[in-house]
Parts: sequence; structure tokens; C-alpha cells
Amino acid sequence: MVEHLHSDGEEPCVTLDAFLEQSNATAVRLESDEDARALIPYLDRLKLIEVAFPKFRDGRGYSSARILREAGFTGELRAQGDVLVDQIAYMKRCGFDSFAPEKSLNPADVEAALTRWPEHYQTAADGAVPIWKLRHG
Amino acid sequence: MYKYDEYDHAMVAARVAEFSDQVKRRLAGEITEDQFKPLRLMNGLYLQLHAYMLRVAVPYGTLDSRQMRMLAHIARKYDRDYGHFTTRQNIQYNWIKLEDAPAILEDLASVEMHAIQTSGNCIRNISSDQWAGAAADEITDPRPWAELLRQWSSFHPEFSYLPRKFKIAVIAADEDRAAMRLHDIGIQIVEKDGQHGAAFYVGGGMGRTPMIAPLIKDFVPLDDLLSYAEACLRVYNRYGRRDNIYKARIKILIHELGADEYRRQVEEEFAHVKSLGIDPPKAEFDRIAAQFAMPPLDALAPDEIDRSDPDFAVWVDQNVAAHKVPGHAIVNISLKPVGGIPGDASSAQIDLMADLAETYSHDELRVTHAQNIVLPHVRKADLYAIWQKLDEAGLATPNLDLISDIIACPGLDYCSLANARSIPVAQKIAERFSDLGRQKELGELKLKISGCINACGHHHAGHIGILGVDRKGTENYQLLLGGSGAEDVSLGTITGPGFDEDGIVDAIERVTDKYLAERTDSERFVDTFRRVGMAPFKEAIYG
Amino acid sequence: MKLLTGNDLKTGFVTWWTGSDWSIHIEDAADVGEHGEAILAVEEAARRVNAPYIISGEMTADGPRPAHIKDRIRALGPTVRPDLTLKPADPAAGDWVI
Repeated sequence: MVEHLHSDGEEPCVTLDAFLEQSNATAVRLESDEDARALIPYLDRLKLIEVAFPKFRDGRGYSSARILREAGFTGELRAQGDVLVDQIAYMKRCGFDSFAPEKSLNPADVEAALTRWPEHYQTAADGAVPIWKLRHG
Repeated sequence: MYKYDEYDHAMVAARVAEFSDQVKRRLAGEITEDQFKPLRLMNGLYLQLHAYMLRVAVPYGTLDSRQMRMLAHIARKYDRDYGHFTTRQNIQYNWIKLEDAPAILEDLASVEMHAIQTSGNCIRNISSDQWAGAAADEITDPRPWAELLRQWSSFHPEFSYLPRKFKIAVIAADEDRAAMRLHDIGIQIVEKDGQHGAAFYVGGGMGRTPMIAPLIKDFVPLDDLLSYAEACLRVYNRYGRRDNIYKARIKILIHELGADEYRRQVEEEFAHVKSLGIDPPKAEFDRIAAQFAMPPLDALAPDEIDRSDPDFAVWVDQNVAAHKVPGHAIVNISLKPVGGIPGDASSAQIDLMADLAETYSHDELRVTHAQNIVLPHVRKADLYAIWQKLDEAGLATPNLDLISDIIACPGLDYCSLANARSIPVAQKIAERFSDLGRQKELGELKLKISGCINACGHHHAGHIGILGVDRKGTENYQLLLGGSGAEDVSLGTITGPGFDEDGIVDAIERVTDKYLAERTDSERFVDTFRRVGMAPFKEAIYG
Repeated sequence: MKLLTGNDLKTGFVTWWTGSDWSIHIEDAADVGEHGEAILAVEEAARRVNAPYIISGEMTADGPRPAHIKDRIRALGPTVRPDLTLKPADPAAGDWVI
């Protein structure tokens, strides 16, 4: 997993309101105070959902990501905004698979952060097998 | 006691490595203080009034002698030879250097300890009944449930940047020794149809806006415990206020939504979460519970106590509690000597308590939310020997639950949030009431002091509470009466205008005199207050 | 007078701006006048101080004295542990705080 860079050909994200007002867009941006569940009926036609992190302390996006993955979203789930290296391991566990940080991250730090944890105590949205399951087979 | 397996060891080791790296990046200027602060807080490291302060987790307040000795070692090697036991059953060191923090965490990890999530807007260390596993009145040991929650909440990817901190307590007796209903989630293990389950009280707390948690679910089966907790947290993470730090706790959300609407949303979320398979099998609970099995106590041990030494007898009557196994007792070690600092213990005292636990208490100790220490499994026949050693070390003050067994936050002597000092007030009150006969005459009287509105000293929950405020640059103390953090939970009421440091001690004396004049036979102070109300006390205080 | 204070990044010790450096002794503190913000921005960025802020104080016969009790406790140490303050041998040191 690497830091996501916008490619020239990428469709721009529309706002949640614009999307819900009958948009054919395949990319939508979810602000931190918007309810991810509003997108659940449309997941099969979305390619990209960008979840905003206006401040790294605003943790609503972690729940948004899990809700979308738990509802079966398989497209790109991108964390955008105040995305720092010390939060991205948790973001990945919640189902994010790309990152658009406002300030670029050191790739070596990203690699270290994403490989830091040998196992995980709980089930989340990344498919990792929780420790209790490893204990009991 | 729970012992780490290879997975637990690996997780704590990874955390130590992660934090060492973060400290390195901070010292090298690669991250700002603004970015580093939440990271160090999630590792228990505050910047306080005089230095960094490290808060070490004592999960559900349980320790063995090896861990207790490590706490003494850290005090000696990295701090100034003492530690402070807190109202959340943890220990704090006041003089820590940032550059030493990684080494301290490594030392802690070597004895299966850590400072993970002892601060920050995440799920904090789980607290519990300090007599768990020993109390005569419990229906089961609550700690396996707490340990299950500890593992679930450690490094939780979704709930590490919550609107605000989140505290969970678990008890399993009707007598509440953990202020359960003053937590964000308070869990009482109850029995229904021969099965144990968890009653969830959600949205309690002290602080600026104290609230008693309403019952949200009367019985959550063990199989659903983590799913239900996850649903409670997810609703909070989504809707808890982030625009105002003073309104960000879950108690405000539940107050604004109403308990019924919050419950409805949790149930809806739970119906979904339950399908995700996040609850471990019963085998995992059994694996954990087996480690909390009662140590091999001799039920035929003699039940008599030789009370011929009168000082010893006084201590037994006040500080020793009933154990579920005959011939045994629970010893409560008071860290509240007259003139001392509530909750403080020197390295030597910590080592001595570790020795006593190893010799006499099946290697177990507990930290209490009232800032005392417990030896949970002691033979009655050993009580005299234990008392003699405690007495030599200044640890045999016979004042458990009396007016001088004061809960006090560090206050303005140590804390950067405080508005007034707490400790000098505690000392003056303890000195004023130093006569033990007088204290015993007053009976159970829980006095709790906070140096600011954040209420770390639980002043709302004191039979008598004191809140330190800043009045035009000078310390001023408000008096509250009628609170309780126990099963008769209630919030104290402010008497009226505040006092200076000497004035508050005088006011408390007028309050206790009034109580003695008003009480009927066996009434505790708080019972009398509830019966007669504030008016007579107000008149006694202000004339 | 205006004083500049903070904590040392590595040790966490309380420090005071002397006009050219940082000292743990408030006796060394200098009046920063109107320059506080500029100095703290430079010093914080250089990591010579952590979490710095500007306070009011007055010059007394014993040297600078912060206006607020919190900073006087920071300058001396905990009033309940005279042995751990910067003036353990001075029994009257606590009076300076109150």
C-alpha cells in the first residue's frame, strides 16, 4: 500500500448532497459529519469514496469506513485530509486502501507504520484474523 | 491473575517500539508537539506542572508482587522515589523525562505492564472492584469480563480518536466499590436463568457536568458482550459532539438524545454489528477465567483472630474486610496517614507491600479507586504479622472509609489543569480530625477533594465534597454535601459561597457537628443529610 | 513585567527565558516586554523549549515573581513536598508561593 496520488484521468468526487440528488457520478466525497449509511444503497455503482479527515483528531471517518466496508463496498476507499503517518495503520484496519494526505508522508515511515503490528486483538474491516481466533483455531 | 501469552507480549512490544520511534521523531523535530501530544497521551505521558507525568495502567487494579516491585524500581530509577496511586486504580509518576519514557515502557513490558491508553480520547484502562475474586458478596469474579474488554479495547482501530476519553468499569456485586454508574459505561455482572450477563449503564461521569448513568440494557449475554460494547461506542463516535470539548463526553450525547433514543440506536447498530463475528467463542472467556481462579486457600484455616493488642484490634475492625473463604480476610492498606499525601507511596513502601503480597496474599495486590492498596487473600492467622510490618512502615493507619481516608487529586501542586491545591486541604482536614475516636464516632464518611472542575478527586461523589476554584487569582473552595459513588449513587449539592483554605476546614467541622446533633442511632452522615436536607447544614455553616 | 516560560523538551523541567537562553531558576528570568511571541516562536521551532507561554509578573527584592499562583508553584516546586522544590533548605520558600 502506498500513498495515493491523484492521476490525471480520475473522475473528481462529488459531494454527498450532489450525489444523492440523482448523480451518475462514480466517485463521492464524504465529509466527517456526514452519515456513511446514506451511501449504502448505491455502493455497487461507486468506484471511489473519499472520506474527509479535516483534523487528525476527528475520528468519525474511521466509523464511516468500517460501515461502508461492512455494507460490502469493494471500491477504493480513500482517507483524505489531515492524514498522518501515526494514524494510517488504524485507517487501514478500518478499510481504507488509499491515502491522500495534505502533507506528503515519508514512505519509509509509512512502511514502518503499516508493518508495525504483528497481530490484532479485534475483528475490523481489513480481514485480519483476530488474536482470539488464532488462540482457538 | 491473567498472564500474557505470546500474542499479548508481542502487542505490548510492538507498542513500545512504536512509541520509541515516535519519541525519536519528536526529539528530531520530525513531528510537532501538536501531532505528538495525542500519541504521547495514548502512552500515558502528560506534560504537567513540573515535568512530564507518566500514568501506568494497572488493569482492573490487579497486580502481582513482581509488578509492584517494578513500580518501585521505576520510582527509584527514573523518578523521585515515590509514586501516586490514582482514582482510576493506576499509578502516576510526577518527574519523568521524555527521553527516559521508552526505557520505562520497556521495563514495564518485562513484567506484563504498560501505559497504553491511560490518557487520550480513547477507551481507557478498565477499572473494577478492588475486592474482585475475594469479596464475600460478589456473584462471580468480574475481572475475566474486564480482561475481555481490555483486549478488545486495546489499539481499537475505530475508537482511538473518539470525541473524548472513555472510561469503563466492571463490577459483579450489588455493593458498588468502583463508582460504576459514574463511568461512560458501567457494567454490572448479573445472573438470569442461571447465566451471567452484563447490565450496561451508559453515560455516567463526573467532571463539569456530572451525570449518573441510566440503565441501557439489563442483560447482555457473554456471547454478545463485545458486539454490544462496539455498538455503544459506534453510536457515540458518530454522534458525540466534536464542536465543544466540554460537551463531547457520551453523557452529554445521551442526555441530549434521551436514554430511550440512544438505546434504540444502539440496538439497531447491534443488530448489524452482531453479524460481523467480533465476539470471541466461550473458549476464550474460559481461557481467561481460568487464570483468575481462586488461589488454593485453606478453608480449614483458623477463623479466630488474637485481638489482645488493642492497636491491632482497632486496625482489624476498620481496615479488614470479609473474605468469601472462611479463615481468610481482605486487608486494606491505607495510603492516608495523617499529614501525608493521599495515594502517595515511597519506593520502600511499595516494595514492602510487594513483599507482604508475596508472603501472605498469594502474590496478589489491588489498587483501589479510593487510592489505597489491598491484599486480597490473607489468612486471618497472619493478620498480626502483616499489621506489625505495615505499622513499622507507616502503612497501618486504621481509617478506611473514615473522614481522614480522603480521596484527593494532585491539585495545583502537580497538575497543570488545577485551579487550586487539593493536598494541603486534605492534610488540614486530616489533622483537624486526627483523633481516631472522633473519626470513628463520625463513622463512614467519604470526603473527596478535586482541585478543578474536571473532578479527578470525585468531589461530586463525596458524602462531603470539596471543589477548588480560582477566585480572582486566589484559591477558593466550594463545599458539596450528599454525594455518593457507591450503590446508593447520588451527586452532591453545593452548600453556598466558598471558603479559603482554613475556612473550608472550619465549615466541615460545623457540618460534622450538625450531623452528630441530628443523627438517629445508626445513620451514616449521608443518610442524615438525605433525611433532613440541606437547610439545617446550611444554617450551621453560614449562620 | 512579561516573562517567558515553558518546559524543556527532553527533561520536561520548567524553564525561564533569561534573555539569551533558558534557565530552571526564575531568578534568571528576563523581562521580554513586547517580544515574547517572537521569541517563543523561534525557540519552540528550534525545540529549545516545549509548550512555551507568556505570563505577567513583577520584579521584587527576591527577583521576578509570577502574577499567578500556578506559575509560582511551577517556579518553586510542589508546596507539599518542600524537599523536592528548588529550595529544599529554605523553610520560608513556600511563603513566596502563597
